Amino acid sequence: MLLKRKPAPLMLERTNSILNIERRMFMKQTLSLGALALLTGCNSIEDDTPVDRILKAMSNWNDKAQAALFDPTQLALTYEQKDVVDPFRFNAFYGEDEIVEVAEADYKLQLSGMIENKASWTLEQLRTLPQISQITRHICVEGWSLIGKWGGPSFGDFLRKVGADTTAKYVGFKCADEYFTSLDMATALHPQTTMALTFNDKTIEPRNGFPFKIRVPTKLGFKNPKHVMEIFVTNDYPGGYWEDQGYNWFSGA
Amino acid sequence: MGNTGEKIKIHRLYVRIFHWINAIAMVLMIMSGWQIYNASPLFDWLKFPSAVTLGGWLGGGIQFHFAVMWVFVANLLIYFFGSILTGHYRRALFPVSPQSILDDLSKALRGKLPHTVGTYNSVQKISYLGVIVLMLAVFLSGLVIWKSVQFQTLGLLFGGYEGARLVHFICMSLICAFIVMHLALVAIVPSTFIPMITGWARKSAHAEKESDHAA
Repeated sequence: MLLKRKPAPLMLERTNSILNIERRMFMKQTLSLGALALLTGCNSIEDDTPVDRILKAMSNWNDKAQAALFDPTQLALTYEQKDVVDPFRFNAFYGEDEIVEVAEADYKLQLSGMIENKASWTLEQLRTLPQISQITRHICVEGWSLIGKWGGPSFGDFLRKVGADTTAKYVGFKCADEYFTSLDMATALHPQTTMALTFNDKTIEPRNGFPFKIRVPTKLGFKNPKHVMEIFVTNDYPGGYWEDQGYNWFSGA
Repeated sequence: MGNTGEKIKIHRLYVRIFHWINAIAMVLMIMSGWQIYNASPLFDWLKFPSAVTLGGWLGGGIQFHFAVMWVFVANLLIYFFGSILTGHYRRALFPVSPQSILDDLSKALRGKLPHTVGTYNSVQKISYLGVIVLMLAVFLSGLVIWKSVQFQTLGLLFGGYEGARLVHFICMSLICAFIVMHLALVAIVPSTFIPMITGWARKSAHAEKESDHAA
């Protein structure tokens, strides 16, 4: 059944070979006594129960439904300065004592995949770009929400500036804390999607994602990667840390 | 209830189909909803025991909730608009006045409210009307929680995202209260159970009134 899964190892590609193994395993189990495993409960990708399969299919259907519902011009509500929660809540798949400290001197944002100009960027270069800022509600997949103020370059403008292929399906992120996630291109280009160098007009702190966090007010919190080290554009589904464990991929707000 | 009683049809087929799909979907929605609730409880004093939650963890609860919601909502809307169009609500649930509710409630509490096959008393009418409104409200507040940006205009009705969370929780609680009452009454008057499966009930001798539900 659906048990809580241990964090999966870094897996950036959902390769065909894994899907094939999945299918083969499923056939084998269905045709043998191994079918018992399907009834007694299991927690790895290889031995999903029929219920798991239905839920997965429904989650994929929900991705499509949400993409259809997504209006690229619909802005998230903005709030007032007095609503901002500062210091902002720390939340990650690890504890507060394990926050990664990225040194600005060594930092270079890497670009890869379907991007024309793959030259890396220093923080200073990112700071020279035109900056936007909004006060929006961060909604966690767990249900709680908090209002914060994030500022930095518009991510859509950045993607266009570096010559990203904006007809591609996905924008993926690799982070200094080994977190990874990905966005649909329409959301990446949304006018409020921001490379948040600042929180509440101050340089964003390590606990909130220094050097920067991709702030996406139209997504749930776990789709807002912190400590971004590399951005890539691709047509191959990149998944994500939580998405690979069962959170819905699109998770739009 | 004698065997000599005439048989009458009291629940149409579409109402029975709606009822049972809704019963299953509702239980799955509530149990998976409790799983999601536990990830970030609205109230410190309230957490649901894992024995009554569905999904095993937050991600599993969400998968169930967002899969079954399509069944729950499609079923609810077909039933709701269908019942308006066919006049089912008009015949079965109206008229209902505050005075008639008070009268019937007072009779019921004194044990003097007779059960009339095929006709709802005013307390039943207001309970069913109430739970239909609650199901619509739980659907609409759920839409706002699910897509607070895309449905932000609707969200204003509930006081935004956090308001919708609270409304969603309150509606769930009231629906649970309805379910408890509903099951208790079926236990007290078990002859109401079979008609929700077959559609037919045996008319008892004292119930002379022509059924509004008769096909």
